[in-house]
Amino acid sequence: MGRTLAAKVWDDHVVHRGDGDPTTATPDLLYIDLHLVHEVTSPQAFDGLRLSGRSVRRPDLTIATEDHNVPTTDIELPIADEISRTQLETLRRNCAEFGVRLHSMGDVEQGIVHVVGPQLGLTQPGMTVVCGDSHTSTHGAFGALAFGIGTSEVEHVLATQTLPLRPFKTMAVVVHSRDGALPTGVTSKDVILAVIARIGTGGGQGYVLEYRGNVIDQLSMEARMTICNMSIEAGARAGMIAPDATTFDYLAGRPHAPVGPQWNAAMQYWKELHTDGDATFDAEVEIDADALTPFVTWGTNPGQGLPLSERVPDPAQITDAGERLAVRKALSYMDLQPGTPLRDIPVDTVFLGSCTNGRIEDLRAAAAVLAGHRVRDGVRMLVVPGSMRVRAQAEAEGLHEVFTAAGAQWRSAGCSMCLGMNPDQLAVGERCASTSNRNVEGRQGKGGRTHLVSPLVAAATAIRGTLSSPADLGS
Amino acid sequence: MERFTYHTGIGVPLRRSDVDTDQIIPAVYLKRVSRTGFQDGLFAAWRADEDFVLNHDGYRNGSVLVAGPDFGTGSSREHAVWALLDYGFRVVISPRFGDIFRGNAGKQGLLAAQCERADVETLWKLLETEPGTEVTVDLAEQTVHAKDLTVAFTIDRYTRWRLLEGLDDIALSLRHAQEIDAFEAHRPSWLPTTTVG
Repeated sequence: MGRTLAAKVWDDHVVHRGDGDPTTATPDLLYIDLHLVHEVTSPQAFDGLRLSGRSVRRPDLTIATEDHNVPTTDIELPIADEISRTQLETLRRNCAEFGVRLHSMGDVEQGIVHVVGPQLGLTQPGMTVVCGDSHTSTHGAFGALAFGIGTSEVEHVLATQTLPLRPFKTMAVVVHSRDGALPTGVTSKDVILAVIARIGTGGGQGYVLEYRGNVIDQLSMEARMTICNMSIEAGARAGMIAPDATTFDYLAGRPHAPVGPQWNAAMQYWKELHTDGDATFDAEVEIDADALTPFVTWGTNPGQGLPLSERVPDPAQITDAGERLAVRKALSYMDLQPGTPLRDIPVDTVFLGSCTNGRIEDLRAAAAVLAGHRVRDGVRMLVVPGSMRVRAQAEAEGLHEVFTAAGAQWRSAGCSMCLGMNPDQLAVGERCASTSNRNVEGRQGKGGRTHLVSPLVAAATAIRGTLSSPADLGS
Repeated sequence: MERFTYHTGIGVPLRRSDVDTDQIIPAVYLKRVSRTGFQDGLFAAWRADEDFVLNHDGYRNGSVLVAGPDFGTGSSREHAVWALLDYGFRVVISPRFGDIFRGNAGKQGLLAAQCERADVETLWKLLETEPGTEVTVDLAEQTVHAKDLTVAFTIDRYTRWRLLEGLDDIALSLRHAQEIDAFEAHRPSWLPTTTVG
């Protein structure tokens, strides 16, 4: 009987098999190959180590970066928000005390933890990767088993380099089109928003999603990361894509990728990392990519999305009472009228960035749309690269000049307005087209309203001032 | 961790589904570096509304939260569990929990009890009809009692055992220290380290 990709990675990391005792039902103890750390979910974990007199078992498998709190302007100045500053200083103290490598503000390797790991070549096929952040699912794009954990588990991994876990169920998400290409104007962001709208925010609970099919095969690593990143928004702990030539090409030459004979040995293993032909999934979903068009969210969870050409839904036409109430609450919060064409919704802000869409290809795609245009009067556009390396690359390509010439703000790296822990926030009632991952109430600032979009839709929306795709710009 | 056998306290009906962790505690409240003091952030945006259930006198000292499906989805922030505990909650009942939230709750001694949707509906009606009604949640029996009502709940057996015994997860894993050593001795040499140079 064949095994799935997820099962192979799982089996190769079992330190201790759980017992069959019906009372204790001990889960498997799984070894963790890479632990990513940031300032928000780690202080209490380091404190826990100190209280119990424990050390970090494998500082050499641990790396930290400052991302959630960091300002994206005037980064050479002291952080104005005292509590944010304390949290960053606490991370610096903890990393120094426990011997953990840290990339602080101002460092060329600083950035969002899920951009930094892959870019350094630390994320590799077949690894187990964890972080106190739900978007750790991003790293599954390399065929790694990668998932978010809570602070107690952060402490657990710091102390033991393991986690007690019960195997996840597996769901195949097959994305196919006639020739494997996506229709013009459709990106991997639109694919994942469509997947979430299909299976719902709870549809993936308990599952690892394995994305497959000819469309996935043709996607770049960065586009794959966007898809895996949002697996958690379907409730799934992790998303995975089998490694292939695209993966290996991306990895080759990165600072922490193996070289020489080590590379060859790794390749031999990596090539085994795919779901066997006779393996079965616990569930399967198919997406016809030829039918996809740019997708945007209208509501207050990532499953409340529709094609941009549609209209705001009417709760009166929903039969399920619970769902009708949820849609009513969402429309009330979003201040939207049923039947309004999504294209007519005006925005105040456009946010291009985040661990979902803050990589160089995202910036290139948006810049190509913005070139020769202006951000509409009254709209502010923030462009926040996912890492300082991405920022430097964009500047080497002159993309920053395209953004600033269009009237957008060119910022330093961080999580920024994805969750507004730094000063980049929406004001009460402000509406934002955002390339980030969560449109839940207050996510980008108390009372702020979020529409999740692709980088292409973000750029076109900045120009027109209402939710738009590049096709709406005319020639 | 303290042992959890049963808890009795006032039930609070939270008639909402998809209560993600951003709603339980917004990001601006995550900046503390201590493990306590998160109660002010609990449902911060909703509590500003005087009609919100926690602002009603009858539910003010509630400790058993009864919520709709998909409670605790989204962000992995364990602060959501800390905020519920700091506020005084000991049990959350829902037809379905976000995976990471459920795990976090189990580590911190907050009981995440999964009940049938119809039972949650019945509990809501009962708690709304008589605010201040006490609910008893018995982990050993896996039951929820309120007035004449008794319904069952599910929880994974490992978490149940750990809560009943008050066992620390890290200490349990360190019982396998020799196996961890042995596993590490055989990890492939191509795997990366974060060491520079």
